[in-house]
Amino acid sequence: MANEVKLHSIKKNETALKVVIYVVSIFFSIMTLFPFVMLICNSYKSTYEVQASTLSLYSKEPLKNLAFNWKQITSKDAFHPGVGFRNSFIVATLSTVLNVYFSCLTAYAITAYEWKLREGFNAMIMAVMMIPGTVTMIGFFQMAYKIGLVNKLSALILPSIAAPMVVFFMRQYLQASLSMEIVQSARIDGAGEFRIFNQIVIPLMKPAIATQAIFAYVGSWNNLFSPMILLTDKNKKTLPVMVSLLNGDIYKKEYGAIYLGLLITVLPLIVVYAFLSKYIVEGVALGGVKS
Amino acid sequence: MRNKRLVNYAKYGYFFSIPFILTFCIFTLYPVIYTFVLGFTDLKGAGNTEWHWLPSVGKNLFTNFTDVLTSKTFHKAFKNTWIIWILNFIPQIGFALLFTAWFTDRRSKVKGTGLFKILFYMPNIITAASMAILFQKLFGYPVGAVNQLFNANQPYNFLINEWPIKLIVAFVQFFQWYGHTMVNLIAGVIGISPEIFEAAEIDGANRVQTFFKVTIPCIRQIMLFVLVTSLIGGLNMFDIPQLLVGAKAANGAALTTNMYIRNQAFDGSYLYNRAAAASVILFLVIVILSAIVFYILRDKDEARLKKLRKQELRAAKKGF
Repeated sequence: MANEVKLHSIKKNETALKVVIYVVSIFFSIMTLFPFVMLICNSYKSTYEVQASTLSLYSKEPLKNLAFNWKQITSKDAFHPGVGFRNSFIVATLSTVLNVYFSCLTAYAITAYEWKLREGFNAMIMAVMMIPGTVTMIGFFQMAYKIGLVNKLSALILPSIAAPMVVFFMRQYLQASLSMEIVQSARIDGAGEFRIFNQIVIPLMKPAIATQAIFAYVGSWNNLFSPMILLTDKNKKTLPVMVSLLNGDIYKKEYGAIYLGLLITVLPLIVVYAFLSKYIVEGVALGGVKS
Repeated sequence: MRNKRLVNYAKYGYFFSIPFILTFCIFTLYPVIYTFVLGFTDLKGAGNTEWHWLPSVGKNLFTNFTDVLTSKTFHKAFKNTWIIWILNFIPQIGFALLFTAWFTDRRSKVKGTGLFKILFYMPNIITAASMAILFQKLFGYPVGAVNQLFNANQPYNFLINEWPIKLIVAFVQFFQWYGHTMVNLIAGVIGISPEIFEAAEIDGANRVQTFFKVTIPCIRQIMLFVLVTSLIGGLNMFDIPQLLVGAKAANGAALTTNMYIRNQAFDGSYLYNRAAAASVILFLVIVILSAIVFYILRDKDEARLKKLRKQELRAAKKGF
């Protein structure tokens, strides 16, 4: 009898706990989505409508406002979403390719070959992971200024060949998944070392490459600090730098236009995330376990 | 035999590392050294690249460093960075742990964890610059969404007062990172052998006991990893405070060290030398803090190894 009462109360506690879990989780979900809903539902309103109520979903003439807001943001000679997109796309794509390929190559060099300075090199990679971007920035800017790299997108692309964090991750992955027997047998078959890397090792690393490529892409796409310093030409600015211009005085009174401008910069990321979210979340998890 | 064969290939080890080493030397090592050097020079003025060592222009070699270290603005920026980081990190790790506990609990089997994980992680991939301006609008005065939701009759101007600004910046940081931390922690918990949990269950440990006595000690390493990465990220905070309110709002309520460095170098008088000195100071702070955390990490591992070795020795002796 007493046992039954106890069981009953445990069950009741169980239900209560579940209710709390769901309530809090759903609250956080709403909190996450709220800013994005605001973003969408203000992008098709006129300034007057935004001022009257930010929260309402209703607009009298959504299409007309949308067109007007679009004209507002693109006519002011500062915010060119097309140009920003193109620059961000070039920078992010090329950096990601270089970053991932050369990180794999470096990780392979550390894992597969025994050379004298290997341990030292490995230790150095671990150490330089700590260097914050700011410390390189002042010196880098001065150097770029001297050799004419200011306003060149390559100044943002080339440095990604050396990405210590990614090398570290790739090495962890290779150590677990590369068997030297495969490499040996390819050597016996007469394949050169470089070909072995490209045709055997790279395919082997696909899962790790996918994960790191996504992060490299998002990281490069979202980077603000160095582009803001290095790019002053308005035709070279990347999207985040353009976004920062939305903050300026010229758009102070154009509430609807600002929301639309932000939406343009955020939407592609949300669409990509909708397709890749599973891999992204799993990729973070992979990084977490390995570290 | 095998070793010999590998030695033959050693040159490829060097060969394949060349692109990394070259790029690293040009784009990281050289600029870092250059930054260090500039800290001891008189380089200032837009577009200027000519500099002299400070002693050669009749100044103390460490003038820039003492200038930075005695600057009230730098003190404020340094303090702000810490305050904002702590305000964001405590709820971040707290909620991440709470959700980790709930979503990995074997007994209550929460449904929809996959969806929650994906939703909570989403803010992390959005451009921080866009996020900052979006929140600036949401907390706007007098017609921001937050004012309309909570005080429609008496709108409050959040972005001109010190503590509201700090709290909002910390909140946006929290909002962007709690999902990321949670996913890391959940991965750690999934990696724990289920037998440990079964044993705890059989021994009659309740949920809270299991979490604090089994789960947390097992994911200690990952928690330290999260702490280090968050600390480095936090000390380099720039995008959100810069675009949300800027350096001047409410007497510098959201001025961080990175904003201070950028303002020194690229605003007004273009004091590259002072900015370089400030970034070297920031770098040293990060190195010292990381070293401390890594020391704690490594110490435990070694202690464990030593213990294992001792046990092996003892076992071997017994065998004899």
